[in-house]
Amino acid sequence: MYKTFLLSAVLFSISTYTAVINSQEGVRLGIPVSEEDLSQFDLIAGPDGSGFPPGSGTARQGKEVFDVNCAVCHGANGEGTSGNTIIVGGDMQSEGPPLRTVGSYWPHASTLFDFIRRAMPAIAPKSLTNEQVYQVTAYVLYMNNIITEDVELNATNLAGIEMPNADGFIDRSDIQ
Amino acid sequence: MSDKVFEKVAANGLISRRHLLGLGVSGTGLALSGAALGADSGINFQIPSWSRQPGPGASAYGARSSYAENLERLSGAPNPTYPGGGASRSPLQHLQGTITPNSLHFERHHAGIPNIDPSQHNLVINGLVRQPLVFRYEDLLKYQMVSHIHFLECSGNSGALMRGEVGGSAQSLHGLVSCAEWTGIPLSTLLDEAGVLPEAKWVAAVGADAASMGRSVPISKALDDVMVALYQNGEAVRPEQGYPMRLFCPGWEGNISVKWLTQLKLTAEPTQFRDETSKYTDTMPDRSSYQFTFPMGTKSLITSPSGEMTLNQRGIYQVTGIAWSGGGSIRRVEVSADGGQTWAEAAIQGHQLDRALTRFTIPWEWNGGRAILQSRATDSQGNVQPTREALIAQKGTLSFYHTPCIQSWGVNTQGEVTNVYV
Repeated sequence: MYKTFLLSAVLFSISTYTAVINSQEGVRLGIPVSEEDLSQFDLIAGPDGSGFPPGSGTARQGKEVFDVNCAVCHGANGEGTSGNTIIVGGDMQSEGPPLRTVGSYWPHASTLFDFIRRAMPAIAPKSLTNEQVYQVTAYVLYMNNIITEDVELNATNLAGIEMPNADGFIDRSDIQ
Repeated sequence: MSDKVFEKVAANGLISRRHLLGLGVSGTGLALSGAALGADSGINFQIPSWSRQPGPGASAYGARSSYAENLERLSGAPNPTYPGGGASRSPLQHLQGTITPNSLHFERHHAGIPNIDPSQHNLVINGLVRQPLVFRYEDLLKYQMVSHIHFLECSGNSGALMRGEVGGSAQSLHGLVSCAEWTGIPLSTLLDEAGVLPEAKWVAAVGADAASMGRSVPISKALDDVMVALYQNGEAVRPEQGYPMRLFCPGWEGNISVKWLTQLKLTAEPTQFRDETSKYTDTMPDRSSYQFTFPMGTKSLITSPSGEMTLNQRGIYQVTGIAWSGGGSIRRVEVSADGGQTWAEAAIQGHQLDRALTRFTIPWEWNGGRAILQSRATDSQGNVQPTREALIAQKGTLSFYHTPCIQSWGVNTQGEVTNVYV
């Protein structure tokens, strides 16, 4: 009886001690998950076409989405409002400070979808459906004369849309 | 004061820093404020009321003196159609030392400050890893942590100097820089646990704010010195700095230290987020644009005397300021009182830590005439802070990011200090 008590006391102290050692050296408390678990959480849509959800949309469909959700800040034709961003027009090569818009400056179409889905409209981010994000992305590209009104954007073709200023950037990430 | 008492080391009144170091010539102490204020300043030597009755006792949470309330961050007017967007700036001209109090650390938000319940907050690592993982806040607190003192600076700081004539204070022009002790988990620890695959070259970091703001970090940096910061100056990171956790990338433009960190996705290429394409890119005079300009430049700034201050009488002033570099520690700071014609080496006050604010000081005698005060930093790699003219010659004025040029404070014969260009 006494021996049993002593043994369990020793075992208890060893296990406590081991836990302390572990917490100092090799804590591994990440919980395994699957990419499927993250399908609603991971909003990253990349220039390689990865991460785009099911759905599709045209500029013709996107006009109404834009008029209802976007025009109040960006203007009915993307011309901007006081304190808010112009998203249409501009030309990087013109005299004076260039007007940098989606059409004149943005190098990747994927950024437009990714940004609208995660951050727009500013007063209610993530309130649009994926279908609406495809539609309004198409409409902004259409307003910038990058695609025509009836091109249907989807997960397989959106990232491949070529932007006018695609070659306008110099990657400086190797300078660290 | 005369040259016989204080050794002048550069034109227009700069006095050897040796006087500050107790090495004064002529055995004369440096009576800075006494010389400036004079003896007949109406000092009252009666025992004050607070020495005659006990004050309140200990408190649960400290507050600053009611006489110190001029210390406030400066923010612009809110934009109702861009809720929560904007910045606030640290009151650099009122701070001393090198650590910014958490209440006064600069802010930059893209969709306001989320009120995050840490028990409902996840940190996910996924993408090109052997095993995607999710970490709970309470579990992250059990990891080995490291602490480092580092500056944080918005790459748009001081950008107003590229826009032409502009007034303002050290705070309004340069207040998007602060410095704190950051404590957290080396990012490499968490990435190793998930198992980075060889084809992973970038880490997409995403915050849990309403903008879900994201930035791409090269894997070389991520495995080097980036941390998941949980504490700032000893307390849990404040909501406006990313509570319950933020990424912290030492020496790099502030925006990449993503606040309210909730996702790290390993990718082969950069994600090309809005804030690394449309924003935080630098258009050059030839209309090409630099992308992924990460390290902050070698920089310094005189914080006193500085813009919107007035020197109210002739005499000796303690010129002081801060210097920092994304490329290492500060090796030396020089100060000029004649617009860069002659320079004197300033004394370093306190530490010269890697990628942290460093305080410098030098005595200066104002003779009542015009002066242009400048400071010029050199870092441990030998990088020298450029003049505004040299910076504009190099990168033009189409970009307002990464503008670490020399600040010139003009002093007129009335003692008024303003931003000027030389």
